[in-house]
Amino acid sequence: MLAKIHITLKKDVLDPQGSVIANSLKSLGFDNVRDVRQGKFIELEIDGKDRDTATKQCNEMCEKLLANLVIEDYSVEIES
Amino acid sequence: MKTHVVVFPGSNCDRDVAVAIEKIIGSLPKMVWHKDTSIDQSDLIVVPGGFSYGDYLRCGAMASTSPIMKSVIENANKGVPVLGICNGFQILIESGLLQGALMRNSSLSFICRDVIIKPTNSKSIFTNKSKISKMPIAHNEGNFFASDDQIKKMEDNEQIAFQYCNENGDINDESNPNGSIKNIAGILNQNKNVLGMMPHPERAAENIHGCEDGKTIFESILN
Repeated sequence: MLAKIHITLKKDVLDPQGSVIANSLKSLGFDNVRDVRQGKFIELEIDGKDRDTATKQCNEMCEKLLANLVIEDYSVEIES
Repeated sequence: MKTHVVVFPGSNCDRDVAVAIEKIIGSLPKMVWHKDTSIDQSDLIVVPGGFSYGDYLRCGAMASTSPIMKSVIENANKGVPVLGICNGFQILIESGLLQGALMRNSSLSFICRDVIIKPTNSKSIFTNKSKISKMPIAHNEGNFFASDDQIKKMEDNEQIAFQYCNENGDINDESNPNGSIKNIAGILNQNKNVLGMMPHPERAAENIHGCEDGKTIFESILN
């Protein structure tokens, strides 16, 4: 199975990199860009067949290591 | 006094800390490799600065899962003083010994210069001799963040150890190098036996460094 994990800064945490990217996009003429949030994307190949177990495991991995829950949110997507 | 300095792949202030400890505390620390599993009988454990594991994932995240960290956490929970400097502070946060998070500097650039800090709590084992001091910082991720609730609890429990300030001790935006909430430069755990700080006291610990203000941290521990 393939797990796709997105990690982004929480909404109430300032994202200075996102702001700089937004400004650069605007200077390229993309005037309708309102906000940019930069994050991480992690792909994991996992042995096993049960999606629920894999989701549970990935949530645990995010909580223990992959994300810092003080400042980040995560989402997990499993593809078989 | 029995002291230990933890060494990770990528630590680069471990020997500076060892020199400072030897000169100020008076005995050579034992260097402990990250793959070791135990630290017996310590009066001070230092987690030094550097770029452990190349700062992969998040600064300090990989190091916090190293075998030795279990023993560091056990010792901290027993009341042994644990000092984390710069990357060491990031590691202590990632390991859960300290609260909050250290994010990328608000300027998005690596900052390497002297700053001035003042002790907010000057009663702890690490800060009882501290005064307004000059010390260098050298980091890319020192922007301290915690939720409003966490900050309030830390303030009520006197866990804020140091704040960035100007020469007069005024805490303001101009003296905040990295965007840290409330100019926080260092924090203590609830029991006040764990200190994490971004400035490097070991790099301002003898005459040849141009400033000796950092000595007070080690002298406080001796006190």
